[in-house]
Amino acid sequence: MRTPVFLLIWLIVAAAVFGGSLAVGNDYVFFAGYVVLQYVVLGTAWNILGGYCGYVNFGSAAFFALGAYSTVAIYKFALDADFYPIPIPFLMLIGGAVSGAVGFGMGYLTLRLRGAFFAIATLALAVVLETLVVNWDYVGGSRGAYIIRPEEIAPIGNYIRYLFLTMMLLAVAAITIARLIERSRLGYGFATIRDDELAAEASGVPTLRLKLIATTISGALMGMAGAPFPYYISYLQPSSTFGLDYAVNSIAMPLIGGTTSWVGPLIGALLLGSLQQIATVTISSAVNLLIVGFLLVFFVIAAPNGIVGLFHTYLQRKPEEFVGRRRVDPDAPGTVP
Amino acid sequence: MSDAEAAANPDLLVVDDLGKRFGGFVALENISLSVAAGERLGLIGPNGSGKSTLVNCICGTLRNEQGAVRFNGQKLDGLAAHQRTRLGLSRSFQLPRPFASLSLADNIRVPLLYTVAARGTIHTAHEIGERCHDLLNEVGLEAKAQHLPRDLTQVEMRKLELARAMATEPKLLIADEVMAGLTHSEIEEILTLLARLNEQGVTIILIEHIMRAVMSFSRRLVVLVSGKKIADGAPDAVMRDPEVERAYLG
Amino acid sequence: MIFSFDLLINAIVSGILIGGFYAAVTAGVSISFGILDIVNIAHPAFIILGSYIAYIVNASFGFDPIITAIVVMPAFYVLGAGIYQIYYVSFEKRGQESLRGLAFFFGLLFITEVSLVLYFGVDYRYVDAPYIGPAWHFAMLDIPFRILVPFLVSLLLITVLQLFLTRSFIGRAIMAVAQDQLALRLMGVDPIRIKRIAFGISIATASLAGAFLIIIQPVEPSVGREYIGRVFAICVLGGMGSLPGTVIAAMLIGIVESLTSTFYGPSWAPAVSFGFLLLTLAVRPAGLLGR
Repeated sequence: MRTPVFLLIWLIVAAAVFGGSLAVGNDYVFFAGYVVLQYVVLGTAWNILGGYCGYVNFGSAAFFALGAYSTVAIYKFALDADFYPIPIPFLMLIGGAVSGAVGFGMGYLTLRLRGAFFAIATLALAVVLETLVVNWDYVGGSRGAYIIRPEEIAPIGNYIRYLFLTMMLLAVAAITIARLIERSRLGYGFATIRDDELAAEASGVPTLRLKLIATTISGALMGMAGAPFPYYISYLQPSSTFGLDYAVNSIAMPLIGGTTSWVGPLIGALLLGSLQQIATVTISSAVNLLIVGFLLVFFVIAAPNGIVGLFHTYLQRKPEEFVGRRRVDPDAPGTVP
Repeated sequence: MSDAEAAANPDLLVVDDLGKRFGGFVALENISLSVAAGERLGLIGPNGSGKSTLVNCICGTLRNEQGAVRFNGQKLDGLAAHQRTRLGLSRSFQLPRPFASLSLADNIRVPLLYTVAARGTIHTAHEIGERCHDLLNEVGLEAKAQHLPRDLTQVEMRKLELARAMATEPKLLIADEVMAGLTHSEIEEILTLLARLNEQGVTIILIEHIMRAVMSFSRRLVVLVSGKKIADGAPDAVMRDPEVERAYLG
Repeated sequence: MIFSFDLLINAIVSGILIGGFYAAVTAGVSISFGILDIVNIAHPAFIILGSYIAYIVNASFGFDPIITAIVVMPAFYVLGAGIYQIYYVSFEKRGQESLRGLAFFFGLLFITEVSLVLYFGVDYRYVDAPYIGPAWHFAMLDIPFRILVPFLVSLLLITVLQLFLTRSFIGRAIMAVAQDQLALRLMGVDPIRIKRIAFGISIATASLAGAFLIIIQPVEPSVGREYIGRVFAICVLGGMGSLPGTVIAAMLIGIVESLTSTFYGPSWAPAVSFGFLLLTLAVRPAGLLGR
């Protein structure tokens, strides 16, 4: 399936989901759905660096929060300058750019080292950034920041529906990007980095450059997911924005869903995200996080290829461990750079 | 050799006074060696003598603290391994390092995509697919093209290693103990393959323990013992060298 | 910023003492990460677990936390050995340590923290002991006993560990397993068993470190997270697996944190060790006394 076709199909699905949610008549669907879609983006973004390249990022919360706090900074600035409201896509671009740049910078410092050091560095980054934000009064510091969510936005109407729609479009973009990477030369490069970096270098793969690309794209997507968050939540607090639940979810969802393709994080996010939304309402949110933790440990031990892997084993095909499934079109023009 | 002399050397690969230590352990000391274009060089030495370390330093997997390596007149200092591969310097790993999650065909595809395609000599996916199959055919692994490396025997993995190194279309290929464990006829196959590559203009450095193969293939022989080069010359003369005899026989 | 010599000396001394405690906290990671190459980011969670156990026993029976910790150490050892066994079978054997192994420990960290929150809530807990409260006044120095006692016992712990690693057979086998598993096998020693013992010891130290922690400061479940960066920063800075290096690095970080806290305010302190870590990784990954 060519990428434009894939994109079209998913845009149609998105339109159908949006229409269906409108039909339900209860805005709660949009509130809950937003969170699930947010996790689709976070999980997919994490997987580009974690699943494809094999480099674990524990600091998803940091990149997410950078996007959120960029929005807060711009919001405050715009408020002073009387330019309001700012369109979400614009905020996403800024949030994405900031997070992408930080991802690149951090990658540049640590990606020459082993994966384990990179992982620890991402933990460090999350704490350093949280400390910086807590000490920065312009965005509210430890007191938090209030964002006034507009009531309506034409032509969609209710603002929360607008947020839902933009997040859904971002989710479609994320899985399309992930799939595009998988099927390109970049995808092969990432897979070799995961399998054997030394052999990859010897085969001519510029591993550092590719790792930087992965970190930047991953960070940028996470930042884009974080950009609308202040509008969603209205009151932004560092402790919860930098919270561990973003880190654990963005790792658990791809690992549970399956790390070798774009399908895994999508399934993981939809399943786990919905599960958590239900659990938060019926049980407590702490218990639901505990469940995520247990599921993560369980899957990582018992079903390392995730739900996608289990599915393939059940169908008794050879577990598709390679990146995507390639069918080489004999007369297709060149390789993607 | 002074910098100017080294620069003036027309040989394809010039290793000049190379040294490498691991902490207190001296792995390589004062290694100087040059390989002319089109040569067939054999590199032998007891286990632990530093052959693989030398290969690693030449190819950029390890950094040597002392000395310099020149390829095609260009100093390789500071160049990453993938850059050296793209310049035409290739090696197979002594312990095979296949890409475990990719099929055999994809294992070959990677060097084609990243080294050969980067030079602009191959363009379409079709051509790349063809080359994958051709290369696998040359080492007899065509039938297992869609299999994963874990389905291969040790011997087949070595052949895959060699095929992957060949896929980069090197000017100089270092074959590190490719023949370990092969049968008589398989050794002949590999030797024929390497000879054919050489006829096509590829310089070959053969690192082996199988003396019969090394002696028949090499036009020149270099012997490494305990990190030092102790002999360098025509195979027969080198094997008669008393120091070499001592190193091998006791 | 009020600068006075008095303040400076106290900050430095305080830093050294805390550094000693940090060294005990890091000793376990020096073994698991420095020597065994296992990235156990859940180590701080076990320390917090130790703190809470000390708290329960102290609140219910009034027993001294350090004594409690020593009594509980064998249980922690067994826990550590068990976790290593799971880790080995699920990840090391399959070659999956870098992604799934890390995620496993992260999951453990998470489960431990959330479980503690569910059971104990987020209130700060503390212990009572005769040496918590009084301080030693000496010239211009003000040294609280609750920091001095853990410091002294920490140094004792490190000394015992170092002697064990360098003098006993198993200790030296542990040092050797990092370098040459094959040689160990040829000597008839099972490397997996050695690693299991080592990891068990690593977690056992967490029990004692937890007691130290709750003596020095009140504890709540998320406190462990601050220590992840510290512990790995000290381990890397100290040269990965060198216990003497760990002590020096720990004191260095302790002093810098203390100075930062005194002169710039405590809200910057968490960033110090993490910043150190990033710096060390970028500039000298082999650490101060690197191998």
